[in-house]
Parts: sequence; C-alpha cells; structure tokens
Amino acid sequence: MSGGFSLSRVLALMVKEFIQMRRDRLTFAMIIGIPIIQLVLFGYAINLDPKRLPTLIVAGDGGPASRAIVAAMEASGYFSVAPGLATEAEANEALIDGSASYVITLPPGFERDLVRGSRPQLLVEADATDPAATSNALGALPQILSSALKRELTGPLAAEASVPSAVDLVIQRRYNPEGITAYNIVPGLLGTILTMTTILMTALALTREIERGTMENLMATPATPFEIMIGKIVPYIGFGLVQVSVILVCAQILFHVPMMGSFVVLLAVTFLFIGCNVTLGYTFSTIARNQMQAMQMTFFWFLPSILLSGFMFPFRGMPEWAQLIGSALPITHYIRSVRGIMLKGSGPADLTGEMWPLAAFWLAAGAIALFRYRRTLD
Amino acid sequence: MAPDRSEDVVIDIHGLTKRFGDKTVVDDVSLDVRRGEIVGFLGPNGSGKTTTIRMICGLLRPDAGSGTCLGLDIRKDANRIKRLVGYMTQRFSYYEDLTIRENLDFVARIYALPDRAAVVKRTLERLGLYGRRDQLAGSLSGGWKQRLALAASVMHQPRLLLLDEPTAGVDPQARREFWDEIHTLAEDGLTVLVSTHYMDEAERCHRIIYIAYGKIVAGGTVEEVIESSGLSTIIVSGRDVGTIAKIVRDRPGVEQVAPFGNDLHVVGPDPAALRAAVDAALAETGSDAVASAGQTNLEDVFIRLMQTAQAGDLPANGRPTATERSP
Repeated sequence: MSGGFSLSRVLALMVKEFIQMRRDRLTFAMIIGIPIIQLVLFGYAINLDPKRLPTLIVAGDGGPASRAIVAAMEASGYFSVAPGLATEAEANEALIDGSASYVITLPPGFERDLVRGSRPQLLVEADATDPAATSNALGALPQILSSALKRELTGPLAAEASVPSAVDLVIQRRYNPEGITAYNIVPGLLGTILTMTTILMTALALTREIERGTMENLMATPATPFEIMIGKIVPYIGFGLVQVSVILVCAQILFHVPMMGSFVVLLAVTFLFIGCNVTLGYTFSTIARNQMQAMQMTFFWFLPSILLSGFMFPFRGMPEWAQLIGSALPITHYIRSVRGIMLKGSGPADLTGEMWPLAAFWLAAGAIALFRYRRTLD
Repeated sequence: MAPDRSEDVVIDIHGLTKRFGDKTVVDDVSLDVRRGEIVGFLGPNGSGKTTTIRMICGLLRPDAGSGTCLGLDIRKDANRIKRLVGYMTQRFSYYEDLTIRENLDFVARIYALPDRAAVVKRTLERLGLYGRRDQLAGSLSGGWKQRLALAASVMHQPRLLLLDEPTAGVDPQARREFWDEIHTLAEDGLTVLVSTHYMDEAERCHRIIYIAYGKIVAGGTVEEVIESSGLSTIIVSGRDVGTIAKIVRDRPGVEQVAPFGNDLHVVGPDPAALRAAVDAALAETGSDAVASAGQTNLEDVFIRLMQTAQAGDLPANGRPTATERSP
C-alpha cells in the first residue's frame, strides 16, 4: 500500500494547501480582487481608437474655409483643437514636449487659393512616436476635410470639394516617418522591464531578511532605518542601469532605434525612474509580511504599469480618470521621456514636466518606506 | 562605594511588563546584573525569556517599567545600547549564503570597526574559524554556526552579551567549548545574560534567575535556589523501582518521582513525610531496594517552581503560552 496512488495522501496535501491559502489573507484577497479590479479597470480604460487628441492650428490667415475645417475636425471627435492660433515655433515646441499631437498649418493665402481652385497646401504634422495613437485620426482626415469643404465650396466650386482636387493635403509623420512600431515599443519596453525587475528585487529586500530570520539580528545592530534603506536600494539602482545599457545596445543593433537626444539626459531620467522603482519596491517590502506577498504586490503594480502608461495602448485614448491613474505611475513619465529623448531629441527643458513627477514620486515612496519601517519587533 | 556601584551595575530594570494583545508575556520583571557576572535566565517555553532579552536590547518596547542597560535608558537610548550590546538570537540569524569571513566582514562594517581586516582575522583565529573562513555559513553544522554567531556578536567588543538559548541543538563538546569561551570573556569583564533550558548550563552560571509565566519566581546562586526551595530528595536504588514509583507517587508528602536509570528520585518538601512515604512503599512491595538521602538537584526545583507558578498564576493570566513568540 506504500506505493501506488493514495487518495488519502493527495487529500492530506489538498486540505493543507487550502488551510494555508485561507490563512494568507492577502493572497486570498488577490485571488478574488485582482480579476475584478483589473477587469473593470482595464475594460473601461482601454480604448484602441483614441479620440480628442490635442491639436494646434498655425494659420497664415483666417477665413470661412479655415473655420469650417477646424469645426469639422472638432466634430469628428478625433481632434481637440486648442482655441486661438499658434506660431510655428510654439507649435514645434508643443509637438516635442508632447502637449500637442497634431499641428495643422494653413499657409498664407489659403482661403484665396482655395476659392481660386489653385489647390493650396494643407500641412498636417503628427507626432508619430506612437504610430497606433495617431494613425486612426490621420486616416479619417481626408474624409473630414471633404465634408467641410463641401459645405464651404458651393456653386461652381462644388465640383472641387473633394480633397485631392481642392487642397494639397500634406501629412508629415514626425519623429517616426515610417511608422516603425519598434521605435515606440523599445522605450516602452525599457520602462516595463525596469519596472518588473527593479521593483521585484527590492520588494524582496526586507521580506527575505524576515523569512530567513536575519532581520532580528539586523535590527539589533546600530544600523538606522535610513541606512538600511539606502544600503538596500543603491545596489539595485546599479543593477537597473546595467539592464538599461543592455536594452539600449540591443535597440541600436537589432532595431536601429534612433538616438536623437543626449545619453546624459537619458541617463538622468533613467536614474530618477529606477530610483522611484527601487524605493517603491522597498516600500512594498516594509508592508508585505513574506516574499510571496511582496511578489504579489509587485505584480499588482505591474499590470497598470503596462496598460495605463501608454506602453501598450494609447494614453490619450483612455478616459480622464484612467489618465489620472496613469499620470501617477512613474513609468508613464519615463516612457514619454525616453520617446522624447530618443525620437524627438528632447532636452532637459522639454522634460521638466515629466521629471518632477518622478522626483516627487521617489521622495514620497521613500517617506512612506521610512514611516512603515518597523524599528522594533512589536 | 556609591560611584563604583553605578559603574558596576550593567542591567538595572524595574517592573518591566510586556503585553501582546491581552496576553501579559512579561509581568513586572526586575533585574539587577553586575559587571562580569554570568547570569542564567531559566524558565519554561513561553515564559518570557526571549521577550525580556529583546526589551533589554531595544528590539521590543516595554508597556510598563523602566530601567537602564549599561547606564543608558532602555526606552530612550535603544540605539546607543545597541552599539554596546552583543545579541545572539535563538535562531541562527546570519547570512547562510555568505561565507564565515563575509558574515564577519559585514558585521565589522555595520559597527564601523577600525582596522576591519585585522579585527576579522583575529576573530576568526580566536574562535577557531580561520580554517573554515571561506565556507558558506549555510553549510555549517549547528556547533559551527553557533560559534560563528558568537564570534559575530562579540566582535565589536560589547560590554554586555545577551544569549538567547545559544546552545540549543549543539553537541556536548561544542557546548562545553562554548561555555569555556563565555567564561573567558566574562573574566575580561564582559557581562553575560544567557537563557537556557539545560541544567548543566545553569550550573555554570554565577547566578540564575527563574522566570515562569512572565514572572520571576526564584533567583540566586544554584545552591541558594536549591536551598530556598526547601525540597529534600531520597534516592531509591535496586530492583522494582518501577513498581515503587507507581505506589510512592500518590503518597502524601511526595511531589515528584523521577526514574534515573536504575535509581528513583523521590522529592518532597517535608523530609520526615518523605522518608515515611518511601519506607511505606518499600514495605508494601517487599522490595529489597535501598533508600538513601540524596542531593536535590536544580531540575527538581525548577519543575516544582513551574508547577507552583502554573497553579498560582494561571487564573490571573489566562492561558499559558505554548511556545515562545517569534516574529
């Protein structure tokens, strides 16, 4: 009877597993909670057809036709046109720092040329760093223009109301003219890989000491909570920087992702981002009671980091509340920064809007970790 | 003498109390330990030994009571106390994936010891670990782990050494060597508070303190503790001790009956009653076993202390704690 298959032995293990599962409240909550939260959250948040993308108008002169075009673009739902007109320099700036996705330029004499039927140029510049985010709107553009012109051009000009004949629509996909997905994916991967590995490493930092029984000893030494935190996170900042180098070299060799900006700026932003992650991981490890819980917390953080950061799905496609959550994630700001630096050549001045949230996050995570750290075994 | 006295008092605590939830684990404990003393801290599992030691070295905050350790307030100066105290935890708490030398190196850095390499080398040699310095701590046997833990906890030359059941699961020879080392350290002026379950270890202490259910129930030298218990012992030797044990157990005046090989130790508070009980039992069985006056040992005293503490304190404290609390 010692060999063979014993239902009693299997049952013994099964019962034990269930008892242990029930005792671990966090795991239990995650089994129930994760699917519900994530399903609801991402079900409503993710939208593959982003609408209301910020658009600037640069116009040499205004007129009924220009107004009609702007109105039609607004009405289509794809474009959210900023009030007033921008200068060419302002528009360029907005494309670089990401505050505008499109710039529509109506050259001087646009109205006149349109009426004359001499096919004026209509220049549309799109931020194509994320091809998926901009392509739908660009695809809809000819149709939008036709319907706008149809209303404007009446009488003898009505025949010319179709786009190819009435205006010369020039579309420039800036920063990624060929729409190569890898250009967008690589910065995103940089962010997600760093999120996964660096948070996990430090999330295990204290829980491992607790599980192995070495924490009591560490606490009996004069080492202060701040010293322990610094000592535990700095090695993993180095670890993260090595990872970044590996990914960047591969990105260059395998995918030929361009590097328009400076490596120093990229390094600075990366340093901030890794700092956020390792400190967040350390915070997890002050909260989790064992390594299993620390891993679950990391995983719980990882999902929104992929889905709400603009890595997999266009950020601007998400509803306001989801964008708000996304903006609280370090990875969102990091991905934008890396795309900016690599594809647009963004400098420190363009990136202040992304760098201060990272710095603030880092400080907040550090403060929570120090607050949560238990100085005694109480 | 007054200034000398304060200099000599290493642990001086009063009314120390610790509760976990509604359970009082340490109840009004006062301790007074002098420089160079080796004090044994004894008591059953869950009696509050570990908790008391953790409060002394700042790992737990007392709910009530006050005191000083090396002249520093145990509530306010926990961090300064940590520099001056060596603490060897009950469970091996060094890094199993580091070698002996790496572990010691780590500790030396944590305490910012000057001339680290030399200190580590000296410690390795002194405790006979030099030959194994590159062996992973995790691959060491219990005795060697304990030796490493002792080395690591005395390397920063603490003035007080707190040892929490340091020799659990260690073979007799290693225990003997360990205690020789403790005595050598004490001769150099180190004060040692050591918790243990082993009676032979208690006998190697200058003084012992017995704690049961959170309260100190006895203290003094081994002789004093035995003396004050007022117990006497009769040793019955010969055949049929098993039968005699069964009969004598329920006689008035008999508290404990314990077989030791072919001998039977019969213990009771009143010598005359005890003698009468044993004689009656011998007569009843018709055995030719010999009864002679014996020496009451520490274990007999402790079992009595434990039983009386259990009988007296249990209603006030609720359930006894089955195991030591460890996080």
